[in-house]
Amino acid sequence: MIGLALKMLFGDTAKYLMLVAGLFFATFLIVQQASVFCGLMRWTTATLKNVGAPIFVVEERVEQVNETNPMRDTDVARIRSVSAVRWAMPLYSGIQRVRLEDGSFKTVQLIGIDAASLAGAPGRMVAGNLEDLRLPNTVVIDELATTRLSSNPRDPSKKIKIGDQFEINDVEARVVGICKAMRSFTGGPYIWTTYERALQYTPTSRKMLTAVIAAPVEGMTSGQAAAEIERTTGLRAYVNRDFGDNPKDFNTATVWWYVKNTGIPISFGTTVVIGFIVGVAIACQTFYAFVLDNLKHLGALKAMGMSNFRLSMMLLVQALTVGIIGFGLGLLATSGFAMGAINNGQPPFYMPWQIPVAAFLAVQLICMLAALMGIIRLGLYEPAMVFRA
Amino acid sequence: MVDVRAVEKSFGEGASRIHVLKQVNLQARSGEITMLVGPSGCGKTTLLSAIAGTLRIESGEINVLNNSLEKMSGHALTRFRAKSIGFIFQQFNLIPTLTVAENVGIPLLIQGVSSGKALTRSREILEKVGLGPRWKERPNKLSGGEQQRVAIARALVHEPPLVICDEPTAALDAQNGEIVLDLFRQVARSPERAVIIVTHDNRIFSYADRIARMDDGEILEVREQLHTEKPHFVHEHAH
Repeated sequence: MIGLALKMLFGDTAKYLMLVAGLFFATFLIVQQASVFCGLMRWTTATLKNVGAPIFVVEERVEQVNETNPMRDTDVARIRSVSAVRWAMPLYSGIQRVRLEDGSFKTVQLIGIDAASLAGAPGRMVAGNLEDLRLPNTVVIDELATTRLSSNPRDPSKKIKIGDQFEINDVEARVVGICKAMRSFTGGPYIWTTYERALQYTPTSRKMLTAVIAAPVEGMTSGQAAAEIERTTGLRAYVNRDFGDNPKDFNTATVWWYVKNTGIPISFGTTVVIGFIVGVAIACQTFYAFVLDNLKHLGALKAMGMSNFRLSMMLLVQALTVGIIGFGLGLLATSGFAMGAINNGQPPFYMPWQIPVAAFLAVQLICMLAALMGIIRLGLYEPAMVFRA
Repeated sequence: MVDVRAVEKSFGEGASRIHVLKQVNLQARSGEITMLVGPSGCGKTTLLSAIAGTLRIESGEINVLNNSLEKMSGHALTRFRAKSIGFIFQQFNLIPTLTVAENVGIPLLIQGVSSGKALTRSREILEKVGLGPRWKERPNKLSGGEQQRVAIARALVHEPPLVICDEPTAALDAQNGEIVLDLFRQVARSPERAVIIVTHDNRIFSYADRIARMDDGEILEVREQLHTEKPHFVHEHAH
């Protein structure tokens, strides 16, 4: 009977394609928007990914990583004195202006790290030596900066390369390395230099220390060390793992801050809901029309002795089949979009496994609703009516 | 084979209630074609639906193959129809997206026969109705008469003891009508099988072994027909 059901479905080409198109659209919209949203939220934690230290210690009112409440210079020593801390280094993080060759300005995310240990340095270099950062007036830039800071971003020959120079707040900066880095939520490229040099690049204020990065002693977890730091110093210490259900993880705290304090989730969520509703509307309407078109045949099957249960199963198989096909095509299209996003570096795109699973369940729910409408209509059709046709 | 006694059926409520079947009595025997004739709206299709087990009656008894239909549950009636009755509908009701052989095999699939065996059996019976070579085609490629022969094959593929036909020649010309009715005669000659045909097409009356005339929900007369000559299709409508 499955073969019979599928032949009836595929035989009505127009409605079959319409059903698949509706579910494709719903899948694409749900998965793509949810993934762009996740990608955007991931970008908000870019500094955490790019610096990579296990513990971030910040001023006690700081709630997310892009918020800076400067700390006292003496806080570094206080944190080092905590027995649970193996090492602790100063970190500068802030947005600064770069003056390009042609006199124009671009904003960058400037990171200042300890010169001796280079703790907080980028994880992957693609050119140059990290150790050259200790030389005077030197910086390491990310791949985005090679185009963003060039005089002609469209001309590959004008890309910033090792040895090129520009100015950060009128102070010379010479490129000694290029690295891979996650893009920032603010859109600006990342530039690393030493902590002392970062303070030179930055307009002076009373307190300049953004955060202290630290690592736990052997035998202690980051969470235990962070708790000890908080108890001892009164500062706020976050672990740096990944988004999850731990409120003491800086990634989690940062993402939830943006979820609660910006309109971003509402905007994306609205689009996802609209995608679902449109999918329901198209699928239910088209499938109902399909059942109506085939009502006399289904009625004849009823008269010939097919039970309501088996007829319902046929409709369910038809609905789930278009659901699987539409979902598959939608996911394929989203993957194509993802490849483009990854190759171009934007828009942000991150698809944890939960997104396609949730989208699959949503699409199957749409199909169940569509099948239910058809099953109800067929249930009202008495087999004797086929004789009256 | 079929014994209908004092059957009553109405539709609607209150002032709009219509008494469609009034104390109807009818018998159909194995090996015979019983025709139920009468003007449009006289209740023939309603009676046929009741005998087929697709419509519940209000009172009376319908006994088909020693089964009292009025006492059977909905599920039992469904299973009974699948096993014991072959249907030929007025508008054929062939599924356009299936091949001829796949359409014919549907009653076997309903009974749980595998699709391979159903296809084999379908092709055998299509040979008998003269459509063997066309088993792979879609119904829309066939003429009206050929489609009706496919419908007959579908009604017979699972070897039901009772075949029920609703206006089988309404959509056919004289030539195709004659071919179809000759097939019905062959079908009805089996001692284990009865054929009931509802029709108002008087071109085919001569094929009946028994004619029951209905009007206004009542059986007016039941007449046995002696076939002194070979039954033939009347090529003009005699009113």
